[in-house]
Amino acid sequence: MRSRRSTSALALSGAVAIGLLAGCASDDPADPAPGGEPAGEEKVTLTVVSLIPGSEQAAFDAFEERVAQFEERYPNIDVEGVEYEWRATTFAAQLAGGTLPDVFEIPLTDAKTLIENGQLADLDEAFAQLDYAEEFNEALLDAGRGEDGHVYAIPAKSVYGVALHYNRELFEQAGLDPDDPPSTWDEVREYAKQIKDATGVAGYATMATNNTGGWQLTAATYSRGGRVQEATDDGTYVATLDNPATQAHLEMLEAMRWEDDSLLADTTLDWSTINQAFAAGQLAMYTTGSDVLNALMETNGLDPAVYGMTAMPLEGADAGVLVGGTLAAVTAQADDATKDAAIKWIDHWYLSTLRDQEQAVADAKVRFEAGQGVGTPVLPIFSREQYEQELAWKADYINVPLDQMTGYTDVMFDQPVVGEPSRATQETYALLDVPVQAVLTDRNADIPALLAAANEQAQALLDE
Amino acid sequence: MSATDVQSAADVVPRGRSGPSPDGVAARPARPARRRRSPAEWVRRGGLSTVVLALPLLVIFGVFSWLPIGRAVVMSFQETNLLTAHWVGLDNFRAVLADPLLPVAVRNTAWFALLALVFGYPVPLVGAVLMSTLRRMRGLFSVLAYLPVVVPPVVAVLLWKFFYDPRPEGVFNEILGWVGLGPFPWLQDQTAAMPSLVLEATWAAAGGTVIIYLAALTSVPPELYDAAEVDGASIWGKIRHVTLPHLRGVLLITFILQIIGTAQVFLEPYLFTGGGPANATVTVLLLIYRYAFGQSLGSDYGMATALSLMLAVFLALLSIAWFRLTRNWSTS
Repeated sequence: MRSRRSTSALALSGAVAIGLLAGCASDDPADPAPGGEPAGEEKVTLTVVSLIPGSEQAAFDAFEERVAQFEERYPNIDVEGVEYEWRATTFAAQLAGGTLPDVFEIPLTDAKTLIENGQLADLDEAFAQLDYAEEFNEALLDAGRGEDGHVYAIPAKSVYGVALHYNRELFEQAGLDPDDPPSTWDEVREYAKQIKDATGVAGYATMATNNTGGWQLTAATYSRGGRVQEATDDGTYVATLDNPATQAHLEMLEAMRWEDDSLLADTTLDWSTINQAFAAGQLAMYTTGSDVLNALMETNGLDPAVYGMTAMPLEGADAGVLVGGTLAAVTAQADDATKDAAIKWIDHWYLSTLRDQEQAVADAKVRFEAGQGVGTPVLPIFSREQYEQELAWKADYINVPLDQMTGYTDVMFDQPVVGEPSRATQETYALLDVPVQAVLTDRNADIPALLAAANEQAQALLDE
Repeated sequence: MSATDVQSAADVVPRGRSGPSPDGVAARPARPARRRRSPAEWVRRGGLSTVVLALPLLVIFGVFSWLPIGRAVVMSFQETNLLTAHWVGLDNFRAVLADPLLPVAVRNTAWFALLALVFGYPVPLVGAVLMSTLRRMRGLFSVLAYLPVVVPPVVAVLLWKFFYDPRPEGVFNEILGWVGLGPFPWLQDQTAAMPSLVLEATWAAAGGTVIIYLAALTSVPPELYDAAEVDGASIWGKIRHVTLPHLRGVLLITFILQIIGTAQVFLEPYLFTGGGPANATVTVLLLIYRYAFGQSLGSDYGMATALSLMLAVFLALLSIAWFRLTRNWSTS
């Protein structure tokens, strides 16, 4: 599950029409369309995901500049950006209500079901226009394929591994070395307490609502060698929410909350609100996707100097890093002209910046000049070589403090990765929100009983 | 007119009984046979214009209220993702009844309704009675009481979320700290969360009810108070024997409206806590929302409509029972 980005309750109708911008041109206006196909004459208006509601003005300016570049390249396509943040609890309502933009983002794990439900447009023909269609990481691309083998959703934006993010300033204030972040869960607890005792600020926090509590608990479970569901040989799935790793992590959270008082006691934190709290200096450490710095800079105005990232502590035989990612998809109602425009936009906004030197540099320049993150570590959508090549192109514009993330970047390609639970993903996460909230709010929370209850319900969902 | 007149006037109103009585039917005067009117005459007498005038209303109600209601009833017997549907009989109802969260949601909703009744019901009444005794500045107080109703609910909740900050420097905790209380966890506690929601809901809704009571109070003839005063009644005596009996009808209506309203509470738990912590504020409506939209792939529209239907039937039965029960009270 990628970043819980969706419209917030306040911004359900917050569609912002981005006007045409004059005066910004790509370096080469004669750039051919992907696949070399000339743009048609018919005027198409395409609504697309712009940024998370509440993003910094500079980020919107950068977006608008990229839109202007696109519209110059394809004069017959009129792009309108819509503020959007995918969130489990509002996505279905937007989908059912038809309020999603033409091109929207979904988590990797949701694609199969949406395709099965007929809720995504078949992009197979349009996808074939991309001259790099054959070069995607096959496992990622497969997540967006239907049973008919057609492509319905395209890996875009980023693929991330969950990592531990921390506030270097608070580390220093607590007498900790910010270049030596914790590497075991025991150290996380120890550091959190030291930070709380020295600064009065919560040393650690966890997301807890809108399924994100379960998402991060699952990530922690993987990092301790556990799994929340297992496939059997006969094709059925067994829920294992009550595994020892999940239990151990909840026990740690409970001890941090009630014994150490080092855990931020807030059950209303989700992907975006925990970012806010982190940027506001209300917590020192939390886990989320490796690419969060982009959002912290775009939306929360974080000064990257205080930011640090390190790898998730991996403990136990089967320990692994939870990976997730974002796919770009198009609404099922879209006609061929819209689909064609959509694939051009997906190429321009999400993918060409990873593959085409000119586009990569143009994008990096725009982002750099707007003070947005360039070079934030993510996992490759194509290949490691392509990713390293892309970083080399952008080298002059990289403005994120990569030397403050070596704890992650040194090992990101070596860590074992584990995909999200493949069945009833969001439901499983929702069920796991409950024990997370319980240990945050109840000193005597009965962890085994909570997990047993959640497991029973998860199994019922898997048996459906 | 004195209090006695009012009493005697009330006495001549026949006490209703539930169900049509055979006597009543027999006693009804026979209607004169209706003369068939020609279409032209019907138009001339305004029949057409009546229909034309009513049409927009009927269409709007039909399309936006009755059609969705009918559709929901149909969907409760289907498994559907809004694109395809097939009939599943009573499966949705069985699935809802087997959901371990249902009893939790029902209990939470009942708890909310009870708390809202205990705190939320008397507050506007007391407020209105006090305001009605004011000789000056009544308008100002009405405005102040009604102001929260004008604040958009989402804004109000976000504001209160801020007040409910569990840290010692949170607004409420800071204020309570001055008198040595707290800090309280407010929304971050499974026991305190629901009363916190009720507090905000009461603040948000009281103004509307105050206005209704104030309007009803203006219908109380001032002579009654004068008469009561002559008879040596205290303030409490006047309220008890003059004010409350006059408000009885309104009170009975607002009571059932409040029950229906609180049984459908959604906004506060959705925006404040999302049903948490640990399902402590999951209400029936929030559960319906979760069935339908709660998961990103939410396709349990069948279960959602089934539970909606069950709630609607329950509230309808409750309302009927309430009106039967109180029919005598309200006319006396």
